[in-house]
Amino acid sequence: MSTIIAIAVLGVVCLLAEIFNLRKAIIPITVAGLLAILGMTVTEFNTTESYYNNMIVVNRFTVAFSSLFILLTLFLVTLSHHFYKNRPSKVSDFIAIKIFLLLGAVAMVSFGNLAMFFLGLEILSISLYILAGSKPLSLKSNEAGMKYFLMGSFASGVILFGIALIYGAVASFDMNMIYEASNSAATGDWFYIGVCMITVGMLFKIAAVPFHFWAPDVYEGAPALTTATMSTLAKVVAMATFFKLNMAMNGNMNFAYETVIVIISIFSMTVGNIMALRQNNIKRMLAFSGISHAGFMLMALLNLSNTTGSLFYYVTAYTLAGIAAFAVILYVCNDKDDESITFFNGLGKNNPVMAAVLSASLLSMAGIPIFSGFFAKFFILNQTLQAGYLILVIAGIINSIISVYYYFKVISAMYTKEPNEAKKPVPFEYYVVAVLAIGLNIAIGLFPSCLMDLL
Amino acid sequence: MDVTIVLLILLLGAVVTYFSGNKAASKVALLFSAVAFGASLMILNQYNQGIDCGFSAVWMTNPNILFSLKADGLALAMVLLTTVLTPLIILSSFGNNFNNAKNFYALVMFMAFAMTGTFLASDGFLYYIFWELSLIPIYFIALLWGNGDAAERKKAVIKFFIYTFAGSLFMLVGFIYLYQKAGSFQLDKLYALELSATEEFWIFLAFFFAYAIKIPIIPFHTWQANVYQKAPTVGTMLLSGIMLKMGLYSVIRWQLPIAPNAAQELLYTIVGLSIAGVIYGSIVALKQRDLKKLLAYSSLAHVGLIAAGCYTLTLDGLRGAVLQMIAHGFVIVGLFFAAEIIYRRFETRTIADMGGIRSQSPKFTSMFMILVLASVALPGTFNFVGEFTVLYSLFQTNLAFAIVGGTTIILGAFYMLRMFQQAMLGETNAKPFADVSFNEGIVFVLIIGFLLFFGLYPKPIIDLITPSIQDILVHIK
Repeated sequence: MSTIIAIAVLGVVCLLAEIFNLRKAIIPITVAGLLAILGMTVTEFNTTESYYNNMIVVNRFTVAFSSLFILLTLFLVTLSHHFYKNRPSKVSDFIAIKIFLLLGAVAMVSFGNLAMFFLGLEILSISLYILAGSKPLSLKSNEAGMKYFLMGSFASGVILFGIALIYGAVASFDMNMIYEASNSAATGDWFYIGVCMITVGMLFKIAAVPFHFWAPDVYEGAPALTTATMSTLAKVVAMATFFKLNMAMNGNMNFAYETVIVIISIFSMTVGNIMALRQNNIKRMLAFSGISHAGFMLMALLNLSNTTGSLFYYVTAYTLAGIAAFAVILYVCNDKDDESITFFNGLGKNNPVMAAVLSASLLSMAGIPIFSGFFAKFFILNQTLQAGYLILVIAGIINSIISVYYYFKVISAMYTKEPNEAKKPVPFEYYVVAVLAIGLNIAIGLFPSCLMDLL
Repeated sequence: MDVTIVLLILLLGAVVTYFSGNKAASKVALLFSAVAFGASLMILNQYNQGIDCGFSAVWMTNPNILFSLKADGLALAMVLLTTVLTPLIILSSFGNNFNNAKNFYALVMFMAFAMTGTFLASDGFLYYIFWELSLIPIYFIALLWGNGDAAERKKAVIKFFIYTFAGSLFMLVGFIYLYQKAGSFQLDKLYALELSATEEFWIFLAFFFAYAIKIPIIPFHTWQANVYQKAPTVGTMLLSGIMLKMGLYSVIRWQLPIAPNAAQELLYTIVGLSIAGVIYGSIVALKQRDLKKLLAYSSLAHVGLIAAGCYTLTLDGLRGAVLQMIAHGFVIVGLFFAAEIIYRRFETRTIADMGGIRSQSPKFTSMFMILVLASVALPGTFNFVGEFTVLYSLFQTNLAFAIVGGTTIILGAFYMLRMFQQAMLGETNAKPFADVSFNEGIVFVLIIGFLLFFGLYPKPIIDLITPSIQDILVHIK
């Protein structure tokens, strides 16, 4: 609970700092504040409590995911320092929005009531709409913001409709009541229709096929740092929330529901990977690869009681690799109009460290051992097979093979091609974030138990 | 002292090599690989005294995974093969000047580390990690330091990577399935598993994909010749000398004991495929104009015979296969080194552009001659011991196999000797050819010495590997 309050306060402090002419101190204050909040959250780890009539619930699940979100925001805020260098007057807005986004994210994993869930979802989404369109002079950014807003608010509407139907069936927004209703035979049909609508809305938010069409355009058009936020933080927030909703909601509808999840998972992986093969823009490529990763994450829904740890591991590995990759992308494409893969030519010669970081993060996403992405895939496939879905495991494997091709396209461009521009210095923040994120990624690969045994 | 010391030395070697700078890198790598060889000899000594040199520690509890290494005779033989060949390969590259030598030698050391780990691991998951880990360094070695047109090389190398990666992922599915049954990845738990016939069949097949691509057995061999040709010679040596032995070793260690009934059922098909590889490799080798490609196809033929030996499921077959793996490892490294020496002098790999080397460099010619003869399994060389044992096991299984497989000796002699004749003999070449230098000489002498010594006295190696093979055979029968 204190986490949410502290984050809200920090967001307000960011806004006030602008008024008191402390613009330069905003990012240091935020970083320090986030570190403090992270420490505070971690100490709450073993408590289980609920606040305000079960509006907010704090348990291991909440604390683990919240800590991850805070860590990711910490990285994103650190990257902001250099990214918004040319627009100093807007820094407080951007940082404050990022903090409010985090607020939404934490609310989304710690809700005990659907009203709170929707509140969190909207705080998160609206922050993202603003950030996607935050480059007002760029046509692409405007387009991305508009597209994301229209589609996203439509999805929110669908979710809200679902919530209303569930309320109609259960006469409560409370998750405990909903859990009981989902396990009793007497629940009306409204309930299931409501659950389906929430599912559709959440699948949209995590960009799973067939609700993925917004993702590539929005990822490509939005400013690179926003894309980083969307593809790491926003995606896994939605995934964790979806997982939590599923734990409460799908008591009675196992088989049919699982079949749908299996099909969506297979399609997300396959479509995402096949579309990624032909992309020349790295942000677009990562958007499609993100769709296929969403397919992998969906596998966690098939074995709900056992997979919390695996899902947490997967999203941690995926987001750390994503942050590291985006730190390099921000560095390379800082002063460019788009993010073509050709800009990465010869990075291995110009800047071996950054090239190594990007290679490592792509290898992690491809699932090559010793990087945590491999362990993540292994754990989740292991659980899926335990649940009896061999077909899904094989589909996952085949998709891993396909994905190698486009990840390695970037890697070999970095090492075999000649650089087409002179060397440029790496901003210190990018360097730190890139190395730290990939270091953490490898560390959890070497010691997977430290995350797996948490949940 | 346990076997982790060898792994640690190699890993440390990779790190130190990377930080030692471009000039010293090759010497540092040589030093560390030689120390690793010394350490593995000490381990061997301990093993012979009956001390268990294995290692085991809990890595993860959920899922249940151990960091466990098993050092029986078979594994030690392969570890020794790796640690002997690595310094030889590094020494053989002293005549080359690589860009970014520190990266190059660090990758070589790292690859030696991963391959040693593959041979030692006795937990399926750990084994899989080492197995995959060895793929990354060779990808970069072949891609960045290879020869020929960059675009073509990139294509060949990515094809190789995707092929092997695809194969191993199927093996991973097999392992995950086994884990669901056994609740552990431990080798002995997996051996003890009772699987139904269908399960065994699919497990066998999943493993077979991984190994058939790595070895390679036809029809999974299409990546091989191009990669061997395009990779730098050091990479080719690592691939053909050690890495493909990983596949053969894994067949004996993992595939056959875990799915013995399926192996028995598919025996004729798989042995047939392997022998088809022998014939195919030999015939294609006859037509090659490029020396490295010819050696690649000859390697395909030899490895096919080794695989056939493994899949006969007899003591002689397995023993012969292991002996031949070691012998082939040495001889192929020697042959590729000879090709590299010719390339250093003449800057060509086309056999037709060579010729007339004998009169200029008698020492090189005689060493090359011995290697060629060893490669065609002349009695007195170590290759003869291995090849003869394998052919004997084929004969026990089915006469036809032995007859068809036996043609490898004739065909091998044909293409190898013809190559030797065209490349080395004939009128004195107009281009000058310096005789072998000191460093080059050491590599040749060590390889030839090994092949001749164990060719005449193979008992130590046979004694080392036989007990472990018998242990494995208990699970197969």
